[in-house]
Amino acid sequence: MKYILMMNTMRAGQGLPNWSTKDLQAHVAFMKNLNKDLRESGELVAAEGLSFPEQAKVVRAGKDGAPITDGVFPESKEFLAGFWIVDVETPERAYAIAAKASAAPGPGGAALNMPIEVRPVMSGPPPEML
Amino acid sequence: MTPWDMTSEHLLRELAPQALGVVARRFRDFVAAEDAVQEAMIAAFTQWPREGIPDNPRGWLIQVASRRMTDRVRNEIARRERETAVAREVETMAPSVDIESDMDPDDTLILLFMCCHPALTSSSAIALTLRAVGGLTTAEIANAFLVPEATMAQRISRAKQSIKASGVPFRLPSPRERVERLAAVLHVLYLIFNEGYASSVGAHLQRLDLAREAMRLGRCAKALLPDNAEVAGLLALMLLTDARRAARTGPHEDLIPLTKQDRNLWDRAEISEGIELLAAALSKGSVGMYQLQAAIAAVHDEAARVEDTDWPQILALYELLKRVSPSPMVTLNHAIAAAMVHGPSKGLELLRTLDADARLAGHYRLDAVRAHLLEMVGDRESAIEHYRIAAGRTTSIPEQNYLISQAARLADNTKGPDTSRRVRSRSSSPPHPS
Repeated sequence: MKYILMMNTMRAGQGLPNWSTKDLQAHVAFMKNLNKDLRESGELVAAEGLSFPEQAKVVRAGKDGAPITDGVFPESKEFLAGFWIVDVETPERAYAIAAKASAAPGPGGAALNMPIEVRPVMSGPPPEML
Repeated sequence: MTPWDMTSEHLLRELAPQALGVVARRFRDFVAAEDAVQEAMIAAFTQWPREGIPDNPRGWLIQVASRRMTDRVRNEIARRERETAVAREVETMAPSVDIESDMDPDDTLILLFMCCHPALTSSSAIALTLRAVGGLTTAEIANAFLVPEATMAQRISRAKQSIKASGVPFRLPSPRERVERLAAVLHVLYLIFNEGYASSVGAHLQRLDLAREAMRLGRCAKALLPDNAEVAGLLALMLLTDARRAARTGPHEDLIPLTKQDRNLWDRAEISEGIELLAAALSKGSVGMYQLQAAIAAVHDEAARVEDTDWPQILALYELLKRVSPSPMVTLNHAIAAAMVHGPSKGLELLRTLDADARLAGHYRLDAVRAHLLEMVGDRESAIEHYRIAAGRTTSIPEQNYLISQAARLADNTKGPDTSRRVRSRSSSPPHPS
């Protein structure tokens, strides 16, 4: 069963996080390690980090089908910072991975406890007949 | 040398577990032997189509895999900086030309039991079975499950480590364990089939056909255990279900429920083979859940038209199945059969007994069935509501489209002035596409 784990932690206009080198390195190392563990457990389908909100655009089709872009967002707007797609045996396992990612270290090495949105990917296994 | 043709790939795959059995026993190392045979398979897939099939293809695979094993042992020894004398001893372990004498007809069966060991998670057991017994490459398996090859390779490697850690010997399970272990094997084959059958909708033609692979493994199990009625029952179930494959998807990859299918598209050869297998299995007198499910599939397949379906017989079979292998999903299907025989109110009454069942809580099938039965009793508003709830809960897109369109059809009919369509929609169709 595949799940997407979405880390909606970025906010518009916030810019790059203002952390110390040591804290940044610890955070990056944590994420790398998490991905490595998921690869080794045979559960990782995909993992991507996304660019900062400054590069985000909302696109709509205009009357002629040409793109109309919009890129100034209210500061309160949340952005997807990154996501994982995992293929796991149970939803509980997906939640456990999300909890692990949520506890990534932030400033001073304290757990960030970020909210991670977990949703099944629509490729679900067939309904069991038994 | 024989030229490579359409059937060669099939032959090569049949040989994989046989070669693995020989190599695993000779080197007493299943984990390493499995890797070595996989490498030999990949070598065969590249060389044979180009150069033709060797005169003794099985011997070729065993030779190549054994050479890898020897290299591996030699490297291991070099790494440990052992005496050269030991390496020479390894040399003598390399297979002679007379490799066939090592063949044991039970090898493939031993492998099936190993790969479907209850200590493994079902996803690892599935992957390992497809590779070690099915002779598929990691890339093919990864592609079938839409995960990266590296992820699948890890999953297989971990499954093998679990087997190693559990210390399962390379031999058939004891008669005491046999029943439980066979149940695990059949369950894994059933899951592979189900995965393939459910995902065989539309655009996935590039993907490996898992349903066919499951049937091939089922045939292999049947040949190895010809007297077991449940093995035959499972193969019959797969054939009788697969027979409807061409009819269950419309031109836009939409699911077509059993009652709306064009029965001319059903595969008669598969149906006859399934029924024959099932009849022989049932005559053995030890009825199990696969035979019962196959029997239900057979009753559907034997009806030339929907209205010819023998629902009382299906209901009786579900009652048996409820006793042999009780589960909420069986109760759910039993409720459908009861509704078809005794009317929708009876079905709805049976569904209420499932509301408190935690195993089914939030499962879309419960809402989908309820929606259908509510439609049958004429409670259109509630039916629409439950079709929508079900659509929101399924994780299959074709299933979701089907459920949304059921809700839309009812809503259209409520609004629309065309009463003739309303009448037609009351004709019963099954609550789930199958």
